[in-house]
Amino acid sequence: MMFLEYSLIGIAAGGIYGLLALGFVFIFMASGVFNFATGQMMMLGAYFFLAFSKIPGLPWWAAFALAILGSIVVAIILEWVVIRRLIGQPVISAVMVTMGLGWMLQGTASLIWGQVPQQLPDVLPRAPIFIGEILVPGRSVWGFVIAIAVALASVVYFRYSRTGVALRATASDQITAYSMGINVPASIRLTWIMAAISTTFAGVIAGSINGVTPELSNVAISVIAVVLLGGVNSVGGVIIAGLMMGWLETISGVYLGGHWREVIPYLAVLLVLLVRPSGLFGSKLVERI
Amino acid sequence: MGRISIWVSLAVLLLALPWASSGYVVFLACLCGVNIVATLGLNITTGYTGLLSLSHAGFVAVGAYTTALLSNHWGVPILVCILLSGVMASLVGGIFGLPSFRLKGIYLAVATLAAQYTIIFALRQGGPITGGDSGLVVSIPQIGGLALDTNQKFYFVVLAVTVLAIWISRNLFFTRIGRAFIAIRERDFTAEVFGINLMRYKALAFMIGAFYAGVAGSLLAGFMRVVTPEQFSLTESVFYLAAVVVGGAGSIAGSIIGAVFMTLIPEFIAFALESTQEAFGFRAIAILGSVREIVFGGMIVAFLVFEPRGLSEVARRIWARLKRTKSSSSDNAHSKHT
Repeated sequence: MMFLEYSLIGIAAGGIYGLLALGFVFIFMASGVFNFATGQMMMLGAYFFLAFSKIPGLPWWAAFALAILGSIVVAIILEWVVIRRLIGQPVISAVMVTMGLGWMLQGTASLIWGQVPQQLPDVLPRAPIFIGEILVPGRSVWGFVIAIAVALASVVYFRYSRTGVALRATASDQITAYSMGINVPASIRLTWIMAAISTTFAGVIAGSINGVTPELSNVAISVIAVVLLGGVNSVGGVIIAGLMMGWLETISGVYLGGHWREVIPYLAVLLVLLVRPSGLFGSKLVERI
Repeated sequence: MGRISIWVSLAVLLLALPWASSGYVVFLACLCGVNIVATLGLNITTGYTGLLSLSHAGFVAVGAYTTALLSNHWGVPILVCILLSGVMASLVGGIFGLPSFRLKGIYLAVATLAAQYTIIFALRQGGPITGGDSGLVVSIPQIGGLALDTNQKFYFVVLAVTVLAIWISRNLFFTRIGRAFIAIRERDFTAEVFGINLMRYKALAFMIGAFYAGVAGSLLAGFMRVVTPEQFSLTESVFYLAAVVVGGAGSIAGSIIGAVFMTLIPEFIAFALESTQEAFGFRAIAILGSVREIVFGGMIVAFLVFEPRGLSEVARRIWARLKRTKSSSSDNAHSKHT
């Protein structure tokens, strides 16, 4: 019974991982950039929400909309000023640059808002929810529902909308997409905008469950593991991998002790990568010579 | 001033440093030496061979803890400790380098991230052997019956090891092994066609890089005299990567410049904040960490975007320009005669 309860809580926590991983994958597919600043973008989104919700008379949904807008502006600036200049550089450069950007965002946030944990306004309902006989915290459930809804919405957008198709064309072959008249830089910018939206959702959900500190960005360290577990080019795969990772972390934390939470995701990924280098659901990346 | 006189004056300066300066400067010099050795190692793995490693601080930790245990329990002399720490770290590096046969680029980076977390986890969970979260106090390093109880004395060990490390890594790239590393970085498929055993050389690149890290860790344990898991976090791994990038990937001079630059920058930041805190009305200690993060991050971004070949390239260009202005002025003098 306990096992089932913890499993549900774990899977619920995994919803955020899935959502964050999706933002990762969109950027990677369009431009080959692995965004190590995802965690910091998420933390920043949560802080934006905190800042805007303190404006008197502003309802929470307006504050949330402003937070998303703020994150989008930051993402567009990062993409425009820094990421775009890295085209044609080795993978290591992109990794290092996004890490550097992450540090800058982290430092800026702790400079402005300090290290003390702050409480976000109560947006998610607190009342616990019974699933069968199992009691699950309300905020976890609602957080999970919202995360999955946003993730599915962006998958649908990616698959069926006109801009989504352009995005997929960019992802499958940049040069051909260019020659077919697709605005590739605009597609790449769109992936950063989508990442900004998903990270802000994730940040506000995670922040309203655990409070906001600059360390909130550490959540995304697991997300990197999730993305590789699912496969960097598998949109559906990373969502499933996110749920699996949430479950694995919670279960190992409960039964082996809190210290194991940090290593288990990475050990799991290491094992999976050794057997299937392209992840559980990813297709093999072909190396052209 | 000739080439030889520059080297001689540099040698005199380095040898006289402990007598000529304060304890703080000697401490910083030791720290620079340690970071130079570690950065050289990472530059061999990542800069020359192109294998992105995020676990370098973990390998430094292996070296530091090896030295702590050897000297605490068996009173092993420091030079032996340094060697054995290097060997130990390179063994660990070899094990965690195994995924590099199958994994490339970003996948490899995440595999090394796993190594980093596993090593730190093991140190935290090691109970009385590793001292858990609070770490270990290291006994005074010994060398032939002489106790190196001050930084001034230990400085000479750091200096000797650092010079040796620089000399070895410089010569490494005149050998078959070094050339093979560069070939793998340029395109591993082609390197394999040319008869380079990828598995062997990739593992070797990890092992040599980790050996340097282990030596650096041993030195660090020797003069810090305390080792804790926190000293070797992921942030430190990124610090070494930043030193490689800022100095210049695939350059020995770059490793030296990058390591010294990255070691001294936080001191400059602290100094600048402390001297301006009264004028602007903030508390330097409260914001030091945040400002350091912003500056470190900003430097990594700026160098990769604007000068991917690092400070060593900047230095080379300035040097070349100085030479050119010198020679062109002498050319002008010549042309007047003809």
